[in-house]
Amino acid sequence: MNKSRRNFLKLAGGAAAGLCFGSAGVALASEGAHRGPYVEESPKAFTAKRWAMVVDTRKLKTAEDIQPLVDACHSVHNVPDIPTKQDIKWIWSDTYEHGFPTTENNHLSEDVEHRAFALLCNHCENPPCVRVCPTQATFQRPDGIVMMDFHRCIGCRYCMAGCPFGARSFNFQDPRPFIKKENPEFPTRMRGVVEKCTFCSERLDNGQMPACVEASKGAVLFGDLTDKDSEVRKALRENFTIRRKPSLGTEPGVYYII
Amino acid sequence: MQYGGKIVIGLVIFVGLLLLPTVYDLGAGSAGYKQPKLQMPAPPNDKNCVEDTEWMRKNHMQLLNDWRDWVVRDGKTVYVNSHGEEFEISLQNTCMKCHNDKEQFCDKCHETAEVTPYCWDCHLAPKGAK
Repeated sequence: MNKSRRNFLKLAGGAAAGLCFGSAGVALASEGAHRGPYVEESPKAFTAKRWAMVVDTRKLKTAEDIQPLVDACHSVHNVPDIPTKQDIKWIWSDTYEHGFPTTENNHLSEDVEHRAFALLCNHCENPPCVRVCPTQATFQRPDGIVMMDFHRCIGCRYCMAGCPFGARSFNFQDPRPFIKKENPEFPTRMRGVVEKCTFCSERLDNGQMPACVEASKGAVLFGDLTDKDSEVRKALRENFTIRRKPSLGTEPGVYYII
Repeated sequence: MQYGGKIVIGLVIFVGLLLLPTVYDLGAGSAGYKQPKLQMPAPPNDKNCVEDTEWMRKNHMQLLNDWRDWVVRDGKTVYVNSHGEEFEISLQNTCMKCHNDKEQFCDKCHETAEVTPYCWDCHLAPKGAK
């Protein structure tokens, strides 16, 4: 064999090409043989570009009206009931003055002044809690839900300082003794972890509406804000709505029909 | 060497102590180790696990880590295993539905291996099914 440089390069090039095509062929063959392991979304999952909620405060007027929503949410998510200031809340009721301090007005109509409002995490478009979280335990999903990964939370409470809506609670103690009836399908939290409403992302991913929406009997609407024909957009078109502290620019995703 | 004897004795003791775990392990140690007997799922849940038993024994911790991130962070709730079978990604609603006794399954090995995973600080272990 002629040991010239030219022949050596030809041989090396041919061998390299053979290796490339050979391994590609093997990979393709094994691809066809069996699928997985891989992961996918459930075919049942509800999807949207931007989830939003519309609360009809004409139907949910008092704390008693809102209580079934609170009970539904807190029992599904193993939220403890602690009879002190260290209580945990995902959804709760409060007055107009407390919920909407920037749009408070003199001589408010008596009806609105005494009305109770269901307050919860607003799942803002520009969530300050996500910006300040040092471990990315709080993050924004592509569908707009401001989600918490409780595994990553280190309990620094920056998010609680960052949230202008008081939507977050801190577990000062082990919450388990304060959970009346545990839901075995959902975890609890541990001491030193912050928690809040997750727009029932785990239910949406399995094709269920959020627990409070189901418990509200039509007084709370939930849907895709980018879809012109969705229930929420229809409600927003037909009714006058407000949001909490809009001047802060966080773009809340929870709207209130007045 | 002024203190030769003492130094040599000291060295022998030191090296002996240093090698003690290795020697112990070579001798009685490894023979004395028995793999814990786990309670495997009773019928009709004994069909097949998410992956093969041997693979799970070695890799379940990595799989659980991946599952956590997929389901919490990526919203992917269906795991398709290497045989093409589908499973819901959930510790409480998939794993523990078959392995329904934490003390007789998880804890057996974890105690023997002296590892303390903190899954159960938050996740609820199945109750009643003893």
